[in-house]
Formats: sequence, structure tokens, C-alpha cells
Amino acid sequence: MKCIHIFKMAKSVCINSIYILSWILTILFLGSCNDSSNKEISFNRDVRPILNSKCLRCHGGVKANGEFSLLFEEDAFGKTQSGKPAIVRGNHEKSELYRRLVSKDPEIRMPFESPQLSQEEIDILAKWIDQGAKWEKHWAYIPPKESIVPPVVVDSGWAKNPIDQFVFSKLKEKGLSPSVRADKNTLLRRLYLDLTGLPPTIEQANAFLEDNSSDAYEKLVDELLGSPHFGERWASMWLDLARYADSKGFEKDTNREIWKFRDWVIAAFNKDMPFDQFSIEQLAGDMLPEPTEEQLIATAFHRNTLANDEGGTDNEEFRVASVVDRVSTTYEVWQGTTMACVQCHSHPYDPFRHKEFYESMAFFNNAVDDDSYFEKPKLFTYSKENKKDVEELLEYINGHLLPKDAQVSKSRFLYDQKEALLTHLGYRFTEAEAFDKTSPFIELDGGLNFLWQIQDSSWASYNNVDLRKVNKMGFLVSASLDYAGDISIHLDSLNGRKIGEVRIGSTEGSKREENGLKVKEFIVDIPEITGKHDVFLQFHKGESYVAHLFYLDKIFYYEKEPLMAKYDKKIKQKLEQLAQIPTTSTPIIQELQEDKARKTFVFDRGSWLNLTEEVNMGIPNIYGISETEEPNNRLEFAQWMVSGKNPLSARVVVNRFWEQIFGRGLVESMEEFGSQGKNPSHPELLDWMAVKLMKEYKWRVKPLLRDLVLSATYRQSSNSHPEIIKLDPANNWLSRGSRKRLSAEQIRDEILLVSGLLNKTIGGPSAINADVEIAGGWNTLPEYVIQGDDAMYRRSIYTFWKRVNPPMNMIVFDSPDRSACVSSRVLTNTPLQALSLLNDKTFFEASQELAKQMFEADKQLENQIKFGYFKVMGKNIKEEKLMQLTQLYNDALLHYVNNMDSSEFPEVALEYSGKNKSRLAALTMVANVFLNLDEFIVKG
Amino acid sequence: MDILNEAHYRESEYNTRRHFLKNCISGMGAMTLGSMLGGNLFANNSPSPITGNGIPHFLPKAKHVIYLHMAGAPSQLELFDHKPVLNTLNGQDCPPSLLEGKRFAFIRGTPKMLGSQASFNQYGESRSWVSDYLPKFSSVVDEISFLKAVHTEEFNHAPAQFLMQTGSPRQGRPSLGSWATYGLGSPNENLPGFIVLLSGGVVSGGKRLWGSGFLPTVYQGVQCQSKGPAVRNLQNPKGVDAALRKQSVDAINKINELEYQESRDPEILTRMSQYELAFKMQTSVPGVMSIDGEPEYIKKLYGVTPGESSFANNCLLARRLVENGVRFVQLYDDGWDTHGVGAGNGVDVGLYNKCSRIDQAMTGLLTDLKQRGLLEETLIVWGGEFGRTPMMEARSGQGFFGRDHHGEAFTMWMAGGGVKKGFTFGETDEIGYSAIRGKVHVHDVQATILNQLGLDHERLTFHFQGRDFRLTDVSGNVIKDILT
Repeated sequence: MKCIHIFKMAKSVCINSIYILSWILTILFLGSCNDSSNKEISFNRDVRPILNSKCLRCHGGVKANGEFSLLFEEDAFGKTQSGKPAIVRGNHEKSELYRRLVSKDPEIRMPFESPQLSQEEIDILAKWIDQGAKWEKHWAYIPPKESIVPPVVVDSGWAKNPIDQFVFSKLKEKGLSPSVRADKNTLLRRLYLDLTGLPPTIEQANAFLEDNSSDAYEKLVDELLGSPHFGERWASMWLDLARYADSKGFEKDTNREIWKFRDWVIAAFNKDMPFDQFSIEQLAGDMLPEPTEEQLIATAFHRNTLANDEGGTDNEEFRVASVVDRVSTTYEVWQGTTMACVQCHSHPYDPFRHKEFYESMAFFNNAVDDDSYFEKPKLFTYSKENKKDVEELLEYINGHLLPKDAQVSKSRFLYDQKEALLTHLGYRFTEAEAFDKTSPFIELDGGLNFLWQIQDSSWASYNNVDLRKVNKMGFLVSASLDYAGDISIHLDSLNGRKIGEVRIGSTEGSKREENGLKVKEFIVDIPEITGKHDVFLQFHKGESYVAHLFYLDKIFYYEKEPLMAKYDKKIKQKLEQLAQIPTTSTPIIQELQEDKARKTFVFDRGSWLNLTEEVNMGIPNIYGISETEEPNNRLEFAQWMVSGKNPLSARVVVNRFWEQIFGRGLVESMEEFGSQGKNPSHPELLDWMAVKLMKEYKWRVKPLLRDLVLSATYRQSSNSHPEIIKLDPANNWLSRGSRKRLSAEQIRDEILLVSGLLNKTIGGPSAINADVEIAGGWNTLPEYVIQGDDAMYRRSIYTFWKRVNPPMNMIVFDSPDRSACVSSRVLTNTPLQALSLLNDKTFFEASQELAKQMFEADKQLENQIKFGYFKVMGKNIKEEKLMQLTQLYNDALLHYVNNMDSSEFPEVALEYSGKNKSRLAALTMVANVFLNLDEFIVKG
Repeated sequence: MDILNEAHYRESEYNTRRHFLKNCISGMGAMTLGSMLGGNLFANNSPSPITGNGIPHFLPKAKHVIYLHMAGAPSQLELFDHKPVLNTLNGQDCPPSLLEGKRFAFIRGTPKMLGSQASFNQYGESRSWVSDYLPKFSSVVDEISFLKAVHTEEFNHAPAQFLMQTGSPRQGRPSLGSWATYGLGSPNENLPGFIVLLSGGVVSGGKRLWGSGFLPTVYQGVQCQSKGPAVRNLQNPKGVDAALRKQSVDAINKINELEYQESRDPEILTRMSQYELAFKMQTSVPGVMSIDGEPEYIKKLYGVTPGESSFANNCLLARRLVENGVRFVQLYDDGWDTHGVGAGNGVDVGLYNKCSRIDQAMTGLLTDLKQRGLLEETLIVWGGEFGRTPMMEARSGQGFFGRDHHGEAFTMWMAGGGVKKGFTFGETDEIGYSAIRGKVHVHDVQATILNQLGLDHERLTFHFQGRDFRLTDVSGNVIKDILT
């Protein structure tokens, strides 16, 4: 049976291709006096599919057997092992390639040890050679044409905009017609979920349903595009690509404060930042002239790479891993191109050389960050409230300085102004964990606030410290032994000039505490020193050694005559206040200075330990840009990416938004536009929209989305019937609306909204909710998170995200764990999802809340159920469904009435007494069913 | 063709193994895949990959795998790899030739050689070497195939664990158990096909070690606990009993069916079947996961302590799960990282104590499976993510004996499921530093495990990010020498 199916399919494919061939023949070359062998063969349409499926495995980028490869034009026509080229243009008889296809000798005949090519395939290759063997780039590397005109169709008024003209003509071509328009209720919920990620409230639903004006739908679209929740919904797509998380990954999975990047993405979508600017700021915001705080925060896009804090790991290994990830992620996000293969060898199917990966890597290889714990470089910013305090303090202190002591910082950033002032007045300290380099035997502890030496002779260094006026250094330490160890201070290198040594003793008796540990300051004199130096601290063991020496919290630099000594106590107090105002830190990308620039080498078979040839920054040849256009740094690279000269970016972007709205991409393989990806279902539509996005909308996304949701294509009903399923099983040709399960975030947010639990606050530090598993040890929570009632019911995009222990409801509903860039989520349908919706603590709490509102809404059961259903689904319940729920209610009521005295009631029922207690409990079961319905977790 | 027939038709297509893989490879939409996976549960007779009858590449020797991963990496030199010459070198400087070009996690400078802290003897007809750290285990050596010369490139825990369990040192790839269930499905309709049990602490690599990577999440390992509720959200909330839950699941499915009549989306049928499975799991899992009903002599055989999440409890659970048709049971026991920075984690006292917590349990597991006739169809795999150095890691200088991470050569063993009984393969040099015979790589071990399940590691692939991925990346050879 099964074999017959396959056979049938194979046969129909052949028949199709014969059909197409004869069709081409008839249409294009009718009237030509030559015979059929002269019909024009298209490399992309006719030849490439054969090469891809039959030849490249042995004659591609990984293997080039017989020194023959069909991946690059120059290789295909170059000399092979035999010394002769395999293809002789214009003469298939003389071409070894052809001879090998038709040979009777199994040792010679290709494909080797595989079935022979069909006669049609052989003929195509022969004719292609005879016609001059013209080579073409893969479609994705040819820029979209600006001349595309939407096809004129006779559609009896169905089309609402040009998108529909493309779709309609394709439907006709396939013998299909569009589905009916979805009803108003369905469109309402669809629009809300698509544009804001949240369903409508009762009030919002009624407002739309009661609006009978002809442009009610358009008005709603515009309203939702302007909603502040728009940014949250679209950021959640972008954060998968950015592999955003609140921790660093790997064994320790320590926390990473980077939530400002998430808020930056939300804000960018909300203000409809043009996508070219959006891209440039994330890839190279640091290299823009005078970058703002926001532009620097944008560069955290590429600081979302994993970092390894496990003791004994080599920072360089993981720095390189991050850079490799940045290259791969950039190509996947903006180019729909998979570079993973090219790390180790040339691409097996696409024309990327091994070396070209490293030329791209050279753009990213000059970032300062190096997998160290503290994740320098970081940007420090203040919250709105704190910003005011800082400004006031700065003003106060500056205002009280004598004119000759005045120091005006030129920095644009408040934090830098503060630092400069503190230093200027001699109030100087640094957090121990803010080192620049350390030995491997240093770890961080206490929510990353302490430097912890896990071994004798470990060290840490701090760059460029101004020691000119300093005569003492202080170390704020926590230690338990009477002689815990020593700190020796060296200049410029580990074995450089020693300028001091201090013995660290027990801090048990101290009254001072930091992060729950007793701390004490140990002070040492240092000699007079000129200029700025790198300061190296070496840590030595003391009387005995357990598993560590001591914890170092802060390092103080005392000046002999600090400026602040001249002023009264109040100034010092203000300085202290200023120093203690909490900041938010965000790791950012910064470029190494030219004299410290790194060289980039090709890695032999992808191993960072085997460096071979040195390479310069460059863009793969396939893009065919001239030497003068070649970008010379990361900023120029980013600009080229969205310059309009790049054939892929706009198509890839359009495809991402299309997929979110219509359920599948026009190019179904979201992450792969290369030759192993799928061809677009509507190539002209894709190109037309790509051009429109760039030229007409100037890369603004909202007008693009507006076009998509205003189309008649979007407004179709998602209901199927056997005929449609037969002709368009996967809805490739858009013969109906999309019906797709909601994302993990949407499901949780929707449940919170319909139950009235949702806290709609936008932005801010990550939130701890019932979905976050808090483990001990390394997984202690950082101080900045929000907890408790304010955090519990925030939208899912704000959930504190540990890579090793991601929120379970997100994972169960197919969210990636954010360790790598993911272009589209693979949706599953599992029993764990059912268990989650049925029994999860938060979801059951929502069921109870909803039940209470249903109970309070009306006295009659029927109306209670109707109210609940409308609240949940934005439409009226159908009679049969109402019957099912009434029956469930009655069964449940009976159960609870019979068990009146047992304590086994949902919590919410206990707020009521007598019969109402059982009624509430029974309604809770009804509400619980609402939240489990397929129609509730699906966008239909 | 109506929709049910259509669904069945597409599903039977999937059950042609080649067709199944081919379609996955060509990027078949996940929705369709999802519906295929669960669709069979819904009233039809055609088998599908998720519930077994998944078609292996060739006749399997093992139906199940129990993998005992000793996380942190036990020292082979104290357990199985007897090196008398190393003992004579005890305390001497390590020859520079061993250190050149090598990277260690913690060793710096010139370390001293460290003789074995255990004493060794030969046991059984096979005369296999076992130390006095594992006295009970020495009685079952004639069931075991030892691999004495396994090697890995990774020498830090998390990456090495990822390599061992997913074939790649970076996180994000599917785990061994995911590949196995992806390839074969699960024979029990009421239980997940891949179950994970933890003891001894939090394992370095975290949950990603049993993640499904880019494979559909239906293949990810389900972490069950021997303490508390066995599966997340398995328990009904307060105020909902089993009868009420049954009624509500029925109501959900009836309404979903009404929805299906209207929208004709086959995914609804899958969802209905998954609700049924969820309800079945609520009933079946607590029973399978409870060891209370086991007879006293069985509890003694393993040395269980009810109510704990101990290795012994997990071994007994592993047997119960395999008995109930679970395809892949993965145990992690953490706490084997014996650096010797304190008394508790040296290769002397610390390791001895740790061994005494697994010796009886793993011996009991082998004995119990054998007496039930399950050992023949169950492959047991034991090992850490790497081994330990023959040099002392003199990090503390405090008299605790510790060894650093060592990937060049270490011992693993397998039993049951078509591997030779009482056999030793591979040999290290006189001090146990490098392999001199029968050197095998982690990928070879993985290829062998899949092979015993009837899967060809080179053909079990999934297309992702533009290329076909497999568990063993681009290498791996089945270790034929240890197979019957």
C-alpha cells in the first residue's frame, strides 16, 4: 500500500515535469524553426534542482570528488583531476559530465552507486550545455526587481489591496478560489492577537461589534497598531532571534542584567523605528557618531551570547564561541542564511567558501568583551527617579565647589559625570568584580558581588588606574581565618613592580556587613607613583587553605590630599549618597582601539586552536560587490546589510512578518533562503513587498503590517472543507485563513487577561512569577528583579529567563530556551500541554477568578456561562457547547453538594457559603474547561 | 476523501520509515508532524512513531536503554583500571612528556603522580578487575562489557556532559534519549518514551541534557521525581478529583469535536487524543512511579529509602519504567567530581563513600533485570563525562588526594541488550594516562547504543539550519568488538 503511494507520487512528479517541459516548449518556442532541443533552459529553474539533489553531495562544498565541484561557477568549468574541464560549453558530447551520466560502465556512470538520472534530467543537462551552460545565481542572491506590477485579476471585487491580486492569481492558477470572509467576532480576536498578542476585553469587543461604520475594521487596525502592547507582541518574536535571556548559560548560568535591551526592542517597535535603523543600531550602534545611551543599549543584541563561568574554562575559547555565534546569528536573522556549515568547511550546497565565514567574522572579532565574569564593557544607567536624584546631587556638589576646584565633565552620560566628579574630589573606589582580567581561579559569589579566589596565586587586574595622588589602598574583605591570606599589589604586569602587600585576617567580629557577610577594610600604604597604570592584585594563601581564601568586595584608593578634604562634611555625605545610588547595567558591544585590534584567522575545520590563514574583513563573493563598496568595519557592514544593495534583508524581514500573520512564511524555510531552503510560494509578491518596504515605506514596519491585515487574504475564514484540504492541504496558496496555536507567551497572557489577573505595566526589570523555578547556589536571584504581587501577573515577555532552567510553561508550549537564534518555533501538541492548562497553579487560579466573575455577573447559570464564554472568546456561545457546559456544571454541582463537608473545594469557593460554595466550585470547572478549549489556544 | 481518511492516509505515509525521515528532512511543517505524532492515539489502527512500532533500520538487540550517568566524572583509577606501575610512581614528579601540549582544568606546574587509593582484585570467570570500592558489583562482572579506553575532547563538566549526552559540547542539540524516541517511538501509550531521574544534586549541564534540541519537543525527556509529584502538573488542583477531571476532559473533548466539525483542522483531533493521554498519565504514572508496593526483598536488593530521591530509588524506578515499556530511562547521579580540595571530595574517602551509595543499587538493578528476563532486552550503560588524571591535583596541599579532569582515557561499561558478557575491551598504558589498545570515542559509544536499538547513527538524521544533523555529528563507529 505504502509503496504504491510513493510510486504514484513519483510518477505524478514526472508527469508534471513532462507537462511543464512541453508547455514551455509550446509557449516560448512556437514558431521557432529549430527543433525542440533549442528551447531555453533556465539554470535556476531546470538545472539547479538536479545538481542539488543528485550531484552536490559528492561534488559540492564538502566533497569535491575528482576535483570537480558544481557549487561555484569557476569550479564547475575549471580543470578537474584529469586535467580537463568536465563541462565543455556548447557541446554536450565532448563534456565528461554528460559522458558520465550515460555511461554503461557502473564504475564510470554517475551518480556513483546511485540510480541513473531520468532521461528528462539527462536531456535538460545536455541542452543546457549545448546552449552555452549559462550559470545563474540562486534566486535569493539576485536583488528583487523594482518593476513588478501586481497582476490584473477579475475577482468580482474580492481584492482589497494589491496583495490580494497576487494571491488571487495564484489561487486561480492552482484551480482554487478564496474562502469566505471570516465573521466579525473572529476577525476581532484575530486582529487583537496578531497585533497586540492579547485578546480583546469585553469592552473592546463590544466597541468593535457595535461599530457598524464601513471603516470599523480599518479604524480598529489603526488603533491596535498604535497600542503600547503592539511593541510587546512583536518584541517577543525578535527576542527569539536575539536569543535574549536573563542568564549567561552553561554550567553556572549566572545572572545577566540585560533587560534594558528587551525594553529597547519593545520601544523600537512601538515607535515604528525604521527597520534599517533598527538593524544598524543593534549591529553597530556603538560606532555611530556620538551614540546615545539607547543606541548603546541596542548593541546588547549581540551581548546575548552565552558565556561560561565554570572554573578552569578558557575565556578565549568562549569569547571565540560568542563571536562565531554573532556571525551565524547575523546571517540567520538578516540574510536567512545558515552559516553553521561554513565554520568547518565550504558550504555543501551554497556558494560560500570556508574562508568567507572568517572574513565575515573579522567584522565582529574586534569587540572588547572577552567572556570574563563581569562582562565588560557595560553601560550604566539610572532609573527615571534615580536620575533626578543624581542630577540634583551633581548640581549641589558642583555648586558648592570653589571656582578653581570646579570640574565640568564633558560626558553625555550621567553615570560618567558622576564617576568623573567622585574621582576629581578623591572619593575613589572600585567594585572588586569590575576587573579587566583575572586568572582562571577567580569566581564571583554573593549574587556576583564578591570576588572569590578559589586557589592560591590567583589574580585580578584593573586597567588604567590613576595612582598619581594615591598614598593608600584599602580592601574591603570578608574572611574567616585569622590569617586568611595576603594581597600583593603589582604595577603593569603580574610580576611587575610590587608597591604593597596587605595581610588579610578574620572579619568575624566586624560590625560592617555587605550582602550578608561580615566585612572589614584592610589598608596598606603605597609609595608615590606617577601616571596611570594597570594594577594587578595577587592573592596568596595564609596559614591554611580550605577551598578558598577570602571574599573581596571593594577596593579603595585614598589620596594624600583629596580635594574633598577641603570641604565640610556635608559634601562628603553627598558624595557618599551619590556613590550609592543604584544603577542598571547593560553589557554592550564596543570596538577595541586600533592599536589593540585583533587579527582574524581561518580555523582549520572549525577549531579555534588550529589557526591557519589570516583574513581581512569582507563580504562573501556571491553578493558580487565591488572592492570599493566593500565595508571596512562593522558599521559599514551593518549599513550594507540594509542598504538596498543587499538582495536578502528586505525579503527576509517581509517573510518574518508574513509568517507571524499568516502562519507560514512565503518562504517556508524561515532560516534558509539558500538553495537547500524552500522556494517562495509567491515569489513576485515577496519581491514586490520587499521593494515596497524599502522604497515606499522607508523600512517602516507598521504600514507593512497594515497592508497584510487589511488584505482580503487575511480576512478569510480559517475553516476548511475536504475539497480545499485536497487541493491545498498545508494552505500553501492561502486558500483560507490561518489557524494556528498561539505562542507560549500568548497563551499565558490570554489566560491572565480573560481572568482579570493581568498586570499591563509595560517595561522594567524582569519579573519573578510562579513559572520561575528558583534553585539555590549559583541560581540565586539578582537584586534588581521584581517579585511578589507586582511581578506575578505581568506579561510573559517580562518573565525572568534562566537559560538552564527556563520557565516551564514557556518550554512546554514550545518556546526555545534562548541559547541560540531561532527563526521559527516548532509547534507541538503534547500531553504535558494538556496537564499544564488543566492543573498549573496560575492557570487554575485564573479559572477560579473567572468563575467568580461569571458568578457575580448574573444570577442565572445560563447567563453566567454565556458571559464567561463571551469574555473568553469574544463571541456568543453556540447552543451545543452551552449544553455540554451546563451538563458539566450539573455533574460538578452534584459532586460538590454531595461532598459539602469535605474540605476539597477550590480556594475561591471557600469565600462563599451554603449552596453558593458548591456553585462557585462547579463554575470553576466550567471556567477551567474554557481555558482548555482548542479554540481558546488557537488563533482561528 | 474525507478528513479522517486524509489524516489516516497521511499518517500511514509517515509510517513508512523512509518517508517519515525524508519528509522531516525536507522541512515538513511542524504542525503536520505534530498531528501525525499524536494522531494515532485517536481511534485508528495504524501505528505511528510516537507509540512504538516505529520502524528501526535493522533488527534491534535492545528494546530499552537505562543510562546511568555519574555526573562529575568518577575516577577510573580507583574503580576499574588497575595500574600497579602507577602505584610504584606514587609521589614522584609527573614526567614532562605527559604535560606537553595538554590543557587541564585546574592542574598547573608539575604535579605529582598519584597511585590508586583502592586495592584491586579479579572477579568472576571473566577475571575482570574491580576495586574494593565496589564490593557488591564485583559479583556481577560476568554480565559486563568494560570499555577501558573511552576518550573525549572536553575537560569541563558542562561541555563534556553535553558531548556525552547530545554529541556536541555546546548546548542546543537533541539528547541521546530524544534521538532514540524520535527514531523508534515509545511502546507505551500511557507514559512518555524518555524519562529522566536525578539524584545527588543538580547536574552541571542542566535540563538541556535531556532536551530535544531542534527535534520536536514531544521527544524531550520528561523529568520524573521519586520524591513529590512524579510529573509536573500531574496532580489535580485542590477541589478536583479524578472523576471530576474525567468529566471535564470529556467536556473539553466534546466541545473540541464540535469545533472540529466546523473548522476541520486535524490538529484538533491530535489535541483531543493528547487530553486523553494526559488523563491516562494522571492515572498510570503515580502507580508506576511508586515503589511502595515492591516486596521487601526487592527493596533490600536495591537498598532503597522510600520518599527520597536517591540513586537506589531511581534504579528501582528505572526497572519499573522499563517493565512498563518506557524506551529510554536516563539517570543522573551527581557528586563525582573528586578534586580533593576537601575531605569530602577526594579519591580516597569521598569517592569511597560515593561508591558505597551506588554499589548495591546498580548491582541490584542488574540482578533484578536478569531474574525477570529483562536484561536481554535492556541495554545498561554506565559512565561519567570523562575520567580523572593519574596525577594528583595538588590544589590544596592539605593532604586530600584528588585527581583533575581527564579526557584521554577512561572507563565505561555496558551490560545486557546484546553486548558481550564478562568482556573487557581497550587498554590504557602503564599509568592509565592514554589508550594503547581499543581506543573509542564518545561518538563510538553513542553509535553503539543506537545500533543496539536497531538504529543506524548515520541514517538517523534531522534537517535543521540548512543541514542534516545527527547525534554523532560527522564521526562515530559502532564498537563491534563488544557485541554478541
